[in-house]
Amino acid sequence: MNNKKEVVELEEVVIRFSGDSGDGMQLTGTLFSTTSALVGNDFSTFPDYPSEIRAPQGTVGGVSGFQVHFGHTKIFTPGDFSDVLVAMNPAALKANKKWMKPGSIVILDRDSFDEKGISKAGYTGDPIKEEKLDKFNIIRAPISTLTKEAVKDMGLDVKTVLRSKNMFALGMVYWLYNRPLNHTEEFIQTKFKKKPAIIEANIRVLKAGYNYGDTIEAMTPSYTVSPAKIEKGTYRNINGNQATAWGLLAAAEKSGLNLFVGSYPITPATVILEELAARKDLGVKSFQAEDEIAGICTTIGASFSGLLGVTSTSGPGLALKSEAIGLAVMAELPIVIVNVQRGGPSTGLPTKTEQADLMQALYGRNGESPVVVMAASTPSNCFDYAFQAAKIALEYMTPVILLTDGFIANGSQPWRVPSMKDYPRIKTRIVAAGADNYKPYARDVETLARNWATPGMKGMEHRVGGLEKDFLKGSVSHDPVNHQKMVDIREEKVERVVQQIPDLEVSGEKEGDLLVIGWGGTFGHLHSAVQEMQDEGKKVSLAHFHHIKPLPGNVKDVMKKFKKIIVCELNMGQFANYLRMKQQEFTYAQFNKVQGLPFTVAELKNEFNNLLED
Amino acid sequence: MEEQTTKLTFKDFKSDQEVRWCPGCGDHAVLNSVQRAMAELGRDKEDFAQVSGIGCSSRFPYYMDTFGFHGIHGRAAAIASGVKVANPGLSVWEITGDGDALAIGGNHFIHLIRRNIDINLLLFNNEIYGLTKGQYSPTSKKGTTTKTSPFGTIETPFHPGELVIGAQGKFFARTMDNNIKLSTEVFVEAAKHDGTSVVEILQNCVIFNDRVYAEINDKEVREERQIVLRHGEAMIFGKERDKGLILDGLKLKVVKIGENGITEKDILVHKENENNPGLHMMLVNMRWPNYPVAFGVIRSVNAPTYDMAMEAQIAKIQAESSIKNIDDLLHSGNTWEV
Repeated sequence: MNNKKEVVELEEVVIRFSGDSGDGMQLTGTLFSTTSALVGNDFSTFPDYPSEIRAPQGTVGGVSGFQVHFGHTKIFTPGDFSDVLVAMNPAALKANKKWMKPGSIVILDRDSFDEKGISKAGYTGDPIKEEKLDKFNIIRAPISTLTKEAVKDMGLDVKTVLRSKNMFALGMVYWLYNRPLNHTEEFIQTKFKKKPAIIEANIRVLKAGYNYGDTIEAMTPSYTVSPAKIEKGTYRNINGNQATAWGLLAAAEKSGLNLFVGSYPITPATVILEELAARKDLGVKSFQAEDEIAGICTTIGASFSGLLGVTSTSGPGLALKSEAIGLAVMAELPIVIVNVQRGGPSTGLPTKTEQADLMQALYGRNGESPVVVMAASTPSNCFDYAFQAAKIALEYMTPVILLTDGFIANGSQPWRVPSMKDYPRIKTRIVAAGADNYKPYARDVETLARNWATPGMKGMEHRVGGLEKDFLKGSVSHDPVNHQKMVDIREEKVERVVQQIPDLEVSGEKEGDLLVIGWGGTFGHLHSAVQEMQDEGKKVSLAHFHHIKPLPGNVKDVMKKFKKIIVCELNMGQFANYLRMKQQEFTYAQFNKVQGLPFTVAELKNEFNNLLED
Repeated sequence: MEEQTTKLTFKDFKSDQEVRWCPGCGDHAVLNSVQRAMAELGRDKEDFAQVSGIGCSSRFPYYMDTFGFHGIHGRAAAIASGVKVANPGLSVWEITGDGDALAIGGNHFIHLIRRNIDINLLLFNNEIYGLTKGQYSPTSKKGTTTKTSPFGTIETPFHPGELVIGAQGKFFARTMDNNIKLSTEVFVEAAKHDGTSVVEILQNCVIFNDRVYAEINDKEVREERQIVLRHGEAMIFGKERDKGLILDGLKLKVVKIGENGITEKDILVHKENENNPGLHMMLVNMRWPNYPVAFGVIRSVNAPTYDMAMEAQIAKIQAESSIKNIDDLLHSGNTWEV
């Protein structure tokens, strides 16, 4: 069916699929990403959807988007601006117009641009004129009509038919980028295995979309993006939540413990619980608790019983878990708390990304209550940091808070599947059966981790709990000097985790005019911005933090070699203030954004250039 | 159930910690009863785990030489759930009070019961907050005068048994703190029952709510105002064992044997394993002066437990799945070679 006059080779492309939240845009984007990966491109994705499952149809508030950035070089971000916008209705156009590259391609469902659709989106006349899009390459395709036409002899009801119109749009984009249809066809066949009519309808519509592109080829040349030069190996597509769940499972395997997850569903963290609940085959005990507090308390109980206990949540849930995290600090039990950050405060922006829970993770508890705090920075490295979080928890007998965020949790990328033989064994603090004279608060001299004996172990009967404990015996103690000693040692134990964690790395030259500092899920955008500036000959480097408490040991040495430092975060400056407290001799500029959205590379570069010129 | 390797006595369950409840507190007797029950159960000491919340009674685990976890306020049910699900082989006991279980921990309490996790829950009900020095609790009778209700409470109390049955509870028993014989017997029954077993212990707070149960528990009135229910036995009570319970329409009625043609044969026979909760609900709700207060095992119905269902599900899925380790998982589903 290929019969093209002109094919243009491109380095990288950003496509944004957008429509009503019931239009299947997340699936459409995911299918395009998978096909891109299978033809050898690297990619990064950004699902951007409203918190309502089916917001009012046709309104700007109900627009669901999925952005995919693919290319034949390494891709670090989902891209700032789109080369192609698919807008299934006028609201989708309105919601996304500011994210389109000037002159880029816009594919519209012409059928939805009727009077009703236009007014629902808040336009008064022709949206193309109102948005001044005459310089754009607008493709007005009658997507709904042609979808109906493609399956008219099948006798399906209109609702079912229109549900497959996303496949028409996908087919058009496949034509545009010279992609094969077979992976998507296979997906449809598996997904609707028991519904042959739906399979046929979807595949017919997909092909109709492709053929429509071919037929009206005058609209635009077709493009190709050749495969990226990436390391050999087995690859799969993974999002951050799935990687987090799997990293925790890997830690359970390497420690020889079964995994217990006690969680309560909360956006955008729920997928972690879902992934773990599905892994009964790996012995996971999953407990969907009655609330966030029960989530962590069952986890603490399971940890007391000798399992690797984990709980997953998002900001409001972390707030509810605060008291129980303090209990785990006091009882010195190894648990992992995953906080997938979202826009706050309160219920805030549940489906949007933010990094504003850092202070809550560090300090949001009563009393002196130190825990290890760390952060993953890409969808796929959630696997490694979840593994690390569990390893530290088990080896130091401490709660660990792992921070991710909605952006990396939902975002996906191709991931070279690792081999478990390359991961270290995790040595737990479980005491040998039959050991004499067990003292629950006797510690390892290097790590200060206490010994772990679990119910059922003969002769090890002991009591733990939230009351202050005697330094040695672990019995209740209200002695003033003992309390000081215990507060000191709990802090010291967490600080000693620095022995385990890698040095802070610098991308770029080790000295220069500007050091860009970030942490967590902003890595991709910061890295892209810094790299582009380095390519332009600027002396800018990036130091991206994954370990926050404790900080890596070499922070001072890294910072002192730069003339200026700027800390970039999706909050009001929480990490910058933390650094001001921990590394007082430096001056920190800040770049902060709290719009529920990731940084754009463009705004970062602009900010860095301004700072260099100051 | 595994046998004790050496025969234990109640003394083996005493820890080295000094017991710090007020002299005369009902908790002392309950501690004694629990230690006796555990010795009687014939299991090894290391198989027992006790989890408590916050309150006077929640200090309990410190005084027992078993595994113990003194949790945070209201959350003992959740912590104990984690302990049991993680290791179903343990005998897990939750120690809680009327404030801990029914106010701050009310949510966990009903969900524990609904899930039917095999935990023995000892609910010390003294109808007062003792550790914070005398405020009303969710079980304080309406009108009770306390420091936070100087003009009497205006709220209706929970009746724990009613709440347990309402949450689909399968085991509910009631005992009196100073009745060590009955308490020991009931605790053993609770431990033997598979599933969540709730035992309400009417417990006297000698400092802030003294004599709260005197009306039904003073020596001279006790036998007339309490009825101890035993499975398969007629519901008879009274010093002369001359009173009993019958059904009068849809209500229970106290009758005198030998009067109005009533014989022992007319008296209801207690059936603790009746799945229909109707009669059990009436029995838990009997209150003096209209009725004697019911003690003993009121409801004990067998049903699948959460902890065993989870073990069974894991075993089934493990037998069926081709994913045996993390490497298998990482290579499952859609992958491609570069």
